[in-house]
Amino acid sequence: MNLPFRAPNSGPGRGCTDQTTLKQRGQHEVFCGLTGIVWLHRKIENAFFLIVGSRTCAHLMQSAAGVMIFAEPRFGTAIIDERDLAGLADIDDELDGVVNKLLQRRPDIELLFLVGSCPSEVIKIDLKRAAQRLSKIHTPKVRVLNYSGSGIETTFTQGEDACLAALAADAPVDHTATTDTLLVVGALADVVEDQFRRMFATMGLKNVAFLPAKRAADMPTIGPRTRYILAQPFLGDTARVLEDRGAKRIIAPFPLGAEGTTAWLKAAADAFGVDDAEFTAATEAGHRRALIALAAHRDAMQGKRIFFFPDSQLEIPLARFVHEELGMRLVEVGTPYLHRAHLSEELARLPSGTFLSEGQDVDRQLDRCRAEDPDLVVCGLGLANPLEAEGFTTKWSIELVFTPIQGYDQAGDLARLFSRPLDRRTRLGGLLCN
Amino acid sequence: MQLTVWTYEGPPHVGAMRIATAMKGLHYVLHAPQGDTYADLLFTMIERRDARPPVTYTTFQARDLGSDTAEIFKNACAEAYERFLPEAMIVGASCTAELIQDDPGGLAKALALPIPVIPLELPSYQKKENWGASETFYRLVRDLCRTDIDPASRNPKSCNILGPTALGFRHRDDVIEIKKLLTSLGITVNVVAPLDARPSDLVRLGEAAFNVVLYPETGESAARWLTKACHQPMTTVIPIGVGATRDFIAQVAEFAGVDASAVLNDRSSRLPWYSASVDSTYLTGKRVFIFGDATHALAAARLAKQELGFDVVGLGTFSREFARPVREAAAALGLEALITDDYLDVEAAIHEAQPELILGTQMERHIAKRMGLPCAVISAPVHVQDFPARYSPQMGFEGANVIFDTWVHPLMMGLEEHLLAMFRDDKEFHDGAAPSHLGHAPRASDTHTEEPRSVEPAIATPIVIEKAPVVTGWAADAEKELNKIPFFVRGKARRNTERFAAEHGVHVITIETLYDAKAHFSR
Repeated sequence: MNLPFRAPNSGPGRGCTDQTTLKQRGQHEVFCGLTGIVWLHRKIENAFFLIVGSRTCAHLMQSAAGVMIFAEPRFGTAIIDERDLAGLADIDDELDGVVNKLLQRRPDIELLFLVGSCPSEVIKIDLKRAAQRLSKIHTPKVRVLNYSGSGIETTFTQGEDACLAALAADAPVDHTATTDTLLVVGALADVVEDQFRRMFATMGLKNVAFLPAKRAADMPTIGPRTRYILAQPFLGDTARVLEDRGAKRIIAPFPLGAEGTTAWLKAAADAFGVDDAEFTAATEAGHRRALIALAAHRDAMQGKRIFFFPDSQLEIPLARFVHEELGMRLVEVGTPYLHRAHLSEELARLPSGTFLSEGQDVDRQLDRCRAEDPDLVVCGLGLANPLEAEGFTTKWSIELVFTPIQGYDQAGDLARLFSRPLDRRTRLGGLLCN
Repeated sequence: MQLTVWTYEGPPHVGAMRIATAMKGLHYVLHAPQGDTYADLLFTMIERRDARPPVTYTTFQARDLGSDTAEIFKNACAEAYERFLPEAMIVGASCTAELIQDDPGGLAKALALPIPVIPLELPSYQKKENWGASETFYRLVRDLCRTDIDPASRNPKSCNILGPTALGFRHRDDVIEIKKLLTSLGITVNVVAPLDARPSDLVRLGEAAFNVVLYPETGESAARWLTKACHQPMTTVIPIGVGATRDFIAQVAEFAGVDASAVLNDRSSRLPWYSASVDSTYLTGKRVFIFGDATHALAAARLAKQELGFDVVGLGTFSREFARPVREAAAALGLEALITDDYLDVEAAIHEAQPELILGTQMERHIAKRMGLPCAVISAPVHVQDFPARYSPQMGFEGANVIFDTWVHPLMMGLEEHLLAMFRDDKEFHDGAAPSHLGHAPRASDTHTEEPRSVEPAIATPIVIEKAPVVTGWAADAEKELNKIPFFVRGKARRNTERFAAEHGVHVITIETLYDAKAHFSR
């Protein structure tokens, strides 16, 4: 099926700010929001994620985790069975039973998430009410929250958004606060979080908190004196909850690469009145190191054409990074959902006329990809090997979510994620074809 | 509702995908929400397949519910036909779509496509992956196979091979090995299915004289139907191990009416000699715990006992559909079979049995890792490592060779085991040292204080192993003496000693008690 491969009309304004997108509605080759648990359960130490779902949910978690990690899980699935569906079993009783069993087995749990799934949403199990009921029973030892990671409502990283929104709604309000707090929102690798903490401290910022915190008991307070900055681009619902509670967003791009990190840090610094000299003192060394690390990859990447399949909503900031900092050419940038307000700073820095697509019809997108014949395809695990077998060079996008890529000292690692597949193809030469 | 940490089987529609992906020219349209596409990566990543599974997902969303999910299905179905032009199609629902009751079969029928469209009813909240694979294959065979072939017109020395699927444990290599074996017997293979078969191949299944069922979990339902509809007998022996391979040869030779003596006398299998050679003496009576799908667990139990001289101390399966033969096999070994799909039950049973070797799935591999026990994988669920680049069947004489190596390799070699007992403080042969041929892999635990049973399980279940009530404890010197026993049998020694003390009313276990117990149990 041939479609015209004309970029959607670009409007006036900066970069891709007003660019229309190709919206597609067909087979989505993406994970559902449950998958976020794979990193969230490692991030929040004494939390447990209990999916209320089907065998498919359990199998997804195992397969998603099994391909990548196989550590001691802090997640599990309460599998709905026939008796629950037929009304033979009382759902509340069943859930209470599973939770009791779990808490007995895992006395270290302080925060329990009941995570909704497609089947629990379709049969309308009220997990909010269940969480409130269970919270009452197990307080003060265990707090019970709920969110939905169902595929009918969430795509991949939106699961983290839903989880953080639940945490934000539950966070205590500090009415006594007299000074502003900087709240960094979005799960980051511990190493990245620590680097940002050090830099903010060097700038003289005293009140800096992260959502999610590493421990359940340390979740930050939120209120009118909270100024928050997003560290991840997929946090629309979380931002809304924060705003509802009086917190104000610091408009910024995302901290990817040397320039992205500088712009992100600068936005925070400006919001807190850090002067230029202090800012430069805090960031100069990191920025220089990032440039050195990136230079090692730029020659190999300059002018190479890249095609993004939708996956994590990180695609727009990543496209900005590979274009602006590695000199790559953007063939198509697909994203599951485009949050224009949160991505305004990134869109402005994309070259005008970039082909942006939102949603997916995977077979048609594959047609476009084949016709464009890019040098590098960023796509999910279901597509990567088949595309490699067709002769494309691919980067599996999920690695971009599971690797520390934010901040100065990870800029080189991020570039390497893109350059390594090309490097590998060069090293192997004609091995596969001959 | 059941609390599940890890599962042995996926949902039944994943079983259907294993059939669709194994075949060529077949397309599966699955009514499913976003996210269910994760199943593609099982095939493209774990099995490293170079093409996407032939599956179209409808990807309906919350906003579609109650309005036009049926329309979405019809469009997806029509477009999939146009794009892929399959010879036949299967249609069905995943767990969520089952709840919204759109009737994919009826919707697909209304499209009046010019190819066979086979509706699948796979109840997600009752059944699991292997059942789904078996049911799908059975439906395909029943709908497509011609049943009007005159049995007298068939070549008596011809058969079909049934059961191998995508994502199967060594199915790819088993098929090669068994085809080779059948060819050496002068038997021709009419169709192998579902692996690499086309729908048009299923049409001519009836042209063979009999069926070879390699994996009952996926192939038996179809084979039973063929026995009735096409008068084809089916094999019942699974050729894993030398003895079973010989029995299998005898069975197919009888069906085909060929002389098998030359093949039966084939000395190419090394397992019998390797097992008989004195170097293998140390394998005698090794305690082995076996868990897997029914086919592989049963085969492993026979092979372990009869061909390696192990003691089978635990036997179980997650295949409830095949619980009966596993119970019978366990009873014959003086055991009670473990029939469960609860990973935590399996872990508890392994702790209880204190084996020296675990033969299990990837999940038992993790239990073994935590317990510091050697382990070999004998069954699905599979992992990327279960698709080795080299030829490594489980079936036939070469399969037996592969199994000998795979099971013996993780064990400490005989002499090394002795040295370890003799020189406990030696730098290299100390208690916690891994088998020296396995490199530097350290045991998970600190050596001199650790008991396998105190290693924390995946979920911090207090594994309560019943302590004998009268025992008040171990004297310090007895505890120290216990630690001189190599770690891989120490758990057993502790258990035996405590049981002995309990039975004899001993309150404090001394060195004397330890050796009394050793004498008592040394049978």
